[in-house]
Amino acid sequence: MGPPADAASYYGRPVLKAPVWEWGTAAYLFTGGLAAGTAVVAAGADLVGADRLRRACWLGSFGALLTSVGLLIDDLGRPERFHHMLRVAKPTSPMSMGTWLLTAFGPGVGAAALWELLPVRWRSSWPARLLRRLSRVVGLTSAVTAPGVATYTAALLAQTAVPGWNEVRGELPFVFAGSAAASGGGFGMLAAPPAEARPARVFAAVGAAGELVASRVMEQRMGLIREVYHQGAAGRRRRAAELLTLAGLAGTVLAAGRSRAGAAASGIALLTGSALQRFGIFEAGVASTKDPRYTVVPQRERLDAAARGAGLSG
Amino acid sequence: MTSRELAAPPDALARANGYEAPPPRVGFFTDTSVCIGCKACEVACKEWNHVPDDGLDLLGMSFDNTGMLGANSWRHVAFVEQQRPLGNQDPGLTGLPTGPSGLDHTSEVVEARLRTAPRGGSELGTTPLPTAPGGGAVQDLGMPTFSRPGEGSGPESRTDFRWLMESDVCKHCTEAGCLDVCPTGALFRTEFGTVVVQQDICNGCGYCVSACPYGVIDRRPGDGRAQKCTLCYDRLHDGGQPACAKACPTESIQFGELDELRERADRRLAELHGQGVPEAQLYGRDPDDGVGGHGALFLLLDQPEVYGLPPAPVVPTRFAPQIWRRVGAAAAAFALAAVGAFGSVVIGDRR
Repeated sequence: MGPPADAASYYGRPVLKAPVWEWGTAAYLFTGGLAAGTAVVAAGADLVGADRLRRACWLGSFGALLTSVGLLIDDLGRPERFHHMLRVAKPTSPMSMGTWLLTAFGPGVGAAALWELLPVRWRSSWPARLLRRLSRVVGLTSAVTAPGVATYTAALLAQTAVPGWNEVRGELPFVFAGSAAASGGGFGMLAAPPAEARPARVFAAVGAAGELVASRVMEQRMGLIREVYHQGAAGRRRRAAELLTLAGLAGTVLAAGRSRAGAAASGIALLTGSALQRFGIFEAGVASTKDPRYTVVPQRERLDAAARGAGLSG
Repeated sequence: MTSRELAAPPDALARANGYEAPPPRVGFFTDTSVCIGCKACEVACKEWNHVPDDGLDLLGMSFDNTGMLGANSWRHVAFVEQQRPLGNQDPGLTGLPTGPSGLDHTSEVVEARLRTAPRGGSELGTTPLPTAPGGGAVQDLGMPTFSRPGEGSGPESRTDFRWLMESDVCKHCTEAGCLDVCPTGALFRTEFGTVVVQQDICNGCGYCVSACPYGVIDRRPGDGRAQKCTLCYDRLHDGGQPACAKACPTESIQFGELDELRERADRRLAELHGQGVPEAQLYGRDPDDGVGGHGALFLLLDQPEVYGLPPAPVVPTRFAPQIWRRVGAAAAAFALAAVGAFGSVVIGDRR
């Protein structure tokens, strides 16, 4: 069903401002999810004694976290004022909540990664043993905040006037949670031997399946904005993301337990799929701000429906 | 007036934001039916607030070469040309060079240019549009000229034609999306009930830009901070009125206490309806609308979208409880998947 092509506008000019966020914010949606996904895999691996999986995932989480912070600061208009985020804690601002989630999440990942980076010959010294004890505790607190880090970015996008993000507010958190789990598990499969990586495979498979289902449900419920999710770069990335995630899921279930190469290929497919999903959703939202129809038509329909309702009751 | 409105004192919004003895809430009433499109408001605003140049460009939007509100345009005068049947009464146009408007022709050219701009044309008011691909071939849009539409032709080619002009401005919403999402506290509610960016705090995160359902606030390139109308906060402190209202020669822009402006808007609407202008409507007058009503009301002569305004915007903050419930459920599912993944391994090993 096509939209009314003659929806009134001012010379076709957009009603909304297109987001000023650039590719860095889209990339952060992926790296933030990856940092959270690998942190829970690392903490779990620590608890069940899977040493190589633990080491790889703490280092992966730390790398993703550092990248995330760099991307976020770089996308500010005044990067040298990044610490102004720490002036207030505002429940009405998902970005403020995210700042504090990352502040709670970061130190544990940092401490755990620091211990993993210590040369083996120093590990028996007492400061190193103290760091190990400390990092186990704060590493676990990071794993507790990780689900928040993996999903709050959905609130960040949904609580905007951007039609392509606001109108998928019901499903976006589940897409992002699944995408983060798939990328975290996928990283574990890529970086650790298959014998140790079974929990990473289960986590990745559940995440990938969840993401695929949530993404399909999201598309089913879309109105006019379905267009921006199908057209252009956003449409291409979302189609590629679905194929890669599906392939990664199949590889995880069928091949990743038996061969290192199969595990690595599946992990790479899941990571790439997760990244493309984030870029696709980000770009679909940006595209939805550039055409006034996506803002005006749903609002006009709501007004008309309300007027009809009032006419019937009155 | 509803009893709820009568019960709310004019400084209720400021009191709700922690001011103890605030002055009454103030705002604008922009009556577009008397706007003559002189752009004195745009100029006065730029001069008083030191708002820099937003780029010289001829947009082809009738006499509007600003295009949109933005970081470097805190007032924007919209020009709409309409071919519109005026009914059987004498429209008073006899002998006047009216219509046809250039709207259909110009819209095609303008829209094509907007679509190729990096931000879809929403950069207007902040930066100029890039030159069209193909070296910026000169296209004669017929505008702006010194002659009136249809002046060169005889009476036989005349059509019913009207011009709508509207001076747009930040709405200073009762429930302001930009203020709610600001993670630094740079955006704040003043004692006058207006919404202002503290320039020494803003770090240019850009969240407010996407949270505004009217496309008003934007980040200034080169400066990096978010910028918008302050309702001349500095002038209010000295008991003055905003520069745009002071400069308006037809009192299309009226400044005052919001309660009084609402009454004035209601009276003007009734007057116009009585004079046979049924299309006149108030925009932002209703305290029960999606943003809790505007601090800056408008009287429009067509639907809001014709002026580039959203017809029924809702502040994104209203969705926050729903969004966080879903985020909570998704986070729980994520945690459960992790616990399940490692739990299944432990159980599997014990067998």
